[in-house]
Formats: sequence, C-alpha cells, structure tokens
Amino acid sequence: MAVTLTDSILKDLHLRMVRIRRFEETAGKMMESGKIPGALHLYVGEEAVASGVMAHLSNDDQITSTHRGHGHLIAKGGEFSPMMAELFGKATGYCKGKGGSMHISNMKLGMLGANGIVGGGPPIAMGAAFSNKFRKTKNVACCFFGDGASNEGSFHEAANMAGLYKLPVIFVCENNGYGEYTPQRNHQAIVDVADRAAGYGMPGVIVDGMDVVAVFEAAGEAIARARAGEGPTLLECKTYRFYDHVGVRGMGLTYRTDDELEEWKKKDPIDLFEGRLKEQGILSEAEIQAVHAAVAADIEKAIAFAESSPFPDPSAIEQDVYA
Amino acid sequence: MAEAVATKARTLTYVAAINEAVRTVLKEQPNAFAAGEDIGGAGGVYGYFHGLQAEFGADRVYDTPISEKGIIGLGVGAGATGCRPILDLMFMDFMGECMDEIANQLAKMRYMFGGAANLPVTVLTMAGAGASLAAQHSQSLEAWVCHLPGVKICMPCTPYDAKGLIISAARDDNPVFVVLNKMSLAMKGEVPEETYAIPLSKANIVRPGSNYTIVAWGRMVHEAVAAANKLKDLGVDAEVIDPRTLQPFDTATVVQSVKKTHRAMIVHEAVRFGGFGGEIASQIQELAFDYLDAPIGRVGAPFSPVPFSPALEKHYVPNADAIVAGVKAQLGI
Ligand SMILES: Cc1ncc(C[n+]2csc(CCOP(=O)(O)OP(=O)(O)O)c2C)c(N)n1
Ligand SMILES: [Mg+2]
Repeated sequence: MAVTLTDSILKDLHLRMVRIRRFEETAGKMMESGKIPGALHLYVGEEAVASGVMAHLSNDDQITSTHRGHGHLIAKGGEFSPMMAELFGKATGYCKGKGGSMHISNMKLGMLGANGIVGGGPPIAMGAAFSNKFRKTKNVACCFFGDGASNEGSFHEAANMAGLYKLPVIFVCENNGYGEYTPQRNHQAIVDVADRAAGYGMPGVIVDGMDVVAVFEAAGEAIARARAGEGPTLLECKTYRFYDHVGVRGMGLTYRTDDELEEWKKKDPIDLFEGRLKEQGILSEAEIQAVHAAVAADIEKAIAFAESSPFPDPSAIEQDVYA
Repeated sequence: MAEAVATKARTLTYVAAINEAVRTVLKEQPNAFAAGEDIGGAGGVYGYFHGLQAEFGADRVYDTPISEKGIIGLGVGAGATGCRPILDLMFMDFMGECMDEIANQLAKMRYMFGGAANLPVTVLTMAGAGASLAAQHSQSLEAWVCHLPGVKICMPCTPYDAKGLIISAARDDNPVFVVLNKMSLAMKGEVPEETYAIPLSKANIVRPGSNYTIVAWGRMVHEAVAAANKLKDLGVDAEVIDPRTLQPFDTATVVQSVKKTHRAMIVHEAVRFGGFGGEIASQIQELAFDYLDAPIGRVGAPFSPVPFSPALEKHYVPNADAIVAGVKAQLGI
C-alpha cells in the first residue's frame, strides 16, 4: 500500500529528524558539562529510523524503546521541556525524575519506555499488540531494538508469539553494526537480522536506515499489514551511530575506525534528506535554516525549564511503587 | 589455603586487583576461560578484563553476544564437563535475564544428580547504587543468591579482598558469585603481588570495638567504619564486621562479637525489607538472645526501586549518617 509522499509529509519527516538531532547534541553537551547525571546513549546518526516509522503512528499506537530512547520519544511527539527536565533528574520531568534517560517514557503518547534492559522491549511490545487485538482496536505496536538485542532470548520468544497470534506488531531492528563495543560479526553469525523473521512466520524486510523516505515507505507497508490483521513484520534498518555507545566520546576505545565513521557520516540522514528537499524545491536553504533555528530556540526554552525546575522531594522516594 | 602475609604489597585500585585475580586464575588453571559481554576487545565496560584477551588469546577470553541466559548456560554445561568458567554478568540487575540458569540449573545440578557433578563456575557481577544509573543498573540483589542452596556468594569491599576472594572463588568446586561494587572501582589499597586466597567462610573484623557490633558488607563496610568513628564521641565503641562471604556465612564470628558487645546493627545497601540482614538478625537472636541489651537494628534501602534523580538517590542509599542515626535511635541517645 503506497502512501503518496506529499510535501507536508516530507517536511514533517525533516522536522522530526532535526528535533532529534538538535536535542541529542544538546543533551550530549549537558552531560559533558555535568548537568545530566548517569548514562546517556545518544541517537545521533539514526534519526531516520525513528522518524520514518513514527510518522505513521498516532498516540494510540504504542512503541517500546531501548537504552537509546530519546529519539523514539521525540519522534513520537515528546516535548523537549519535560524530557530535558527528566534527564536533569527534576520533579517536572516526564517520570518525575525517577526514570532518567534510560527509562524515559510517556504513556499518553503511547511510549512504553526506554529500557535499561537490552531486549526488554520486544515482549512488552508483543503484549501491547496483543492488547490492541484483544480490545479490537486498529492500533499497532512498534518495537525498536538493536542488532545486539536480537541475541536476547526475549526477542525470540516475543517474535514467536507475535507470529503465532498474528499480532499487530512491527519489530524495528536498528542495526548499527555494534552492540556496545562488539561488532556484529563478533556477536552473531548472520549479516541480516531480518533473516530471523523466517523462523517466526513473518516477513523480514531490509531497508536503508539512513534514508528516511525508504524507512517511511517500508514502515508504512508493515504497519498497514499489521492494521489489516495480517500479523507482524521484522523491519531491519541498516544504520550507524555517530557518537560513542555511551556519551559523546565514550571510553575512547578503538573498536571502530575513524574511516568507517567518516564513511557513514557521508550518509548523514539529515544532510542527505535536506539535499533532496532542496533539489525538489520543497524547502529552500533559508527555510531549512529556519527549521533548525526554531528547534534550537525550543531547546533553549527546555534547558531553561529544566534548570529552573525543582528537584523531587525525598518524600517522593517511596511514592509510585504501588497503585 | 590461608591468607598470605603481604610481603610484596603495592597499591592497586579495585579494578586492577580484580584484573590481577583473573589473570592469576587464567595462569594457574589451564581449563579456566573467561566469557562475557564486551570483556575481550573492550576489556569490559568497567575495564577489569583489560588486556586479558591480548595476553591469553581469544580462546581463553571470549566476547559473548548479549545473551545472559546463554552465558550462564555456557558456564553450567562447560563447568559440569571439565572446564572452570569465569563468567561476567555486566550488571547484577541482569540476573533477571538468566535466573533460571542460575537458580534451577547452576545451583541445583549437583544436588539433583546425587553429587555426581561439580560446577566450578565463578560469576563476576557488578552491584550498587550511587551513579545515577536508575532502577535497572543499581540494585544489590545478593539476597536472591543467598536464598539458593548450592551457590556461594561473596562481596569484596577492598582491592585486597577482591583479589583474594576471586582467587578462592575460582579454586572452589562450587558455583560462586563475586559481587563487585561500581562505586569502589577507583578505590586504592594494598595488594600483595603474590597469589593468595581469602577463605570463603571467614568474616573480617575490620574495626575492633567493645560495646557495639555493626555487621556490614559490600561498600557499606566503609560507611560502617565511618559511622563507628563518628559514634566514638557518643561513647559507642563499635566493632565493624565484614562477613566478606554471605553464603557460607560466618555466624560464629558475629555471634561471638555480639556476646561481647550486647548490641548489634546489620547494614546493607540492598532494600531493607526482606533483605539478607533479616536472616543475620534472626541468627543472632537465636544464638545470643540472652546476651542482647537492645533489639537488633537494621539499616538498608527504602522499599522502592532505585530512583534516578541524584536528589532522591542520595537519600536512598544508606550511608554513615544513616547508620549513626539508626544506632542513636536504637540506643535512645
Ligand atoms: C540485559 C542486558 N544486557 C546487557 C546490557 C548492557 N548493554 C547496554 S546497551 C548494550 C548494547 C546493545 O546493543 P544493541 O542492541 O545493538 O543497541 P545499540 O546500543 O547498538 O543501539 C549492552 C550490552 C543491558 N543493558 N541489558
Ligand atoms: Mg547495535
């Protein structure tokens, strides 16, 4: 089922990606200046995946995310202020400061959480898809997970059950070639995670994860299939993270070469797409700059909000444990 | 083997001591191998496998997929058939991924087989809060392991203990968990160059005292010592005991101390309610009830997951002040 790529869809995809990129770069700086505590896994380089998928979803469709979750939440409609406040550990954050980067979530947006457990998402997404079917809605659940996560048993159990029950779930593999510092060739004997779909009775589709339109189109098909009751799809997006596994510069390890990074940076999903938008006369350079400037201004506001927000009161520690 | 006399002690960090222990084991045991996520090329996310794959080769130090059930299962199968696996479970929180392999296979295989199988498996894992790593990377889950007959567990709190306990764990023919603490990684201490083993059954009296007993383990040992120093001015001369090994537990040393001091407090970083401290308190009252002058106190974390925000976490994790407050409340001073 082909969706016509209107100008407004293309502009929307662009905005989603820019919002993610700008937020992540700022978050990285905030972490380096000591304002954000804990671990920060940045999504820079992978923006096309979240944006291309999320453009098809409403707030009633759910997603599960990963430790690298800010991009998913932003693409799902997350607002900068409560996000930044959460990363700062403030009471005004999406999770009242209890979750932080690794557990950022928003139930109203159908964002069932970043996850500190690799492979934590697939069973939950499968359960949400079950719920969508059980409650007779047309909603779908999208599960984002990494190449590394595809080695967890939880993924395989969830995929099997999704295939068996024909659940409206899309397993979106963000294959960035590494699980932490271990290259894919050292953690699995296959090249395409999509191959695993065959074992669970669902189609496995491979797409260029640096091309937001390609992701948008492939996700559109999988999601339409799911909404039509035809069951799950495994959509593998080949992508790359531009920063280190954790933080910006990470541990300074030499597990990947600068050359490799530079090669991938030539495929920067935002640069590529902006070139295309200009070529097709959809956005001018000035209009593109205006998008960036507006997003940057929003982020400034979010930082001010996070900085001026109070920390949670210690009495909050034992609240929210039970309903 | 008894503890070595420190003839050639140098100052090492906790991380370096762990590294030296694993190196020692790989050298002395030809059937030992190490396996875990990112431990080969990267040397582990906390660096304690640094250089070991380069030194011993990729057929002794393995990078595994992110498959914790697979990692522990690898240890069970290989351990039962002649190898001596040293497994790395990056964070203790990830026990959830492999609890069946731990609780139903690793812990029980020998017993179910009527004693016919040995499981000489060492599991290194990282516990502890204080680094803003939130609910799934900060837990102290030692009580889960203590409740499993068939598994031993120790919690080294200094570089010296880390080396000696890891060597003992790897020489033991039983599964042993070595629970490390992420806030202690940079801690420095004297570590003898030669090989030594700290028995998995003997508590360490870290600070002798006359009229109060504090039993603490893991990083809480240091908080307990700091608390004991503060309590001195209040006329409380606290003996601080680090059991070092929780299973088997050196009940005798603790009970002997309480018979002398007549008062006791158990301190752990784990959630207080249902924590292993309750078992120790129970042991003390069973064996030394007539010697007690006050109810046995306990200090531990509140009954909630570990919060992310530093503003909450700093109140969540027990510290010296919380121990002092607990002692004062217990003694009414
Ligand atoms: C159960 C579990 N095992 C290990 C980890 C540690 N860890 C965090 S991220 C990560 C790598 C994940 O790789 P991948 O799924 O490819 O995602 P990417 O980081 O590349 O986005 C690992 C091993 C974890 N958080 N949870
Ligand atoms: Mg990856």
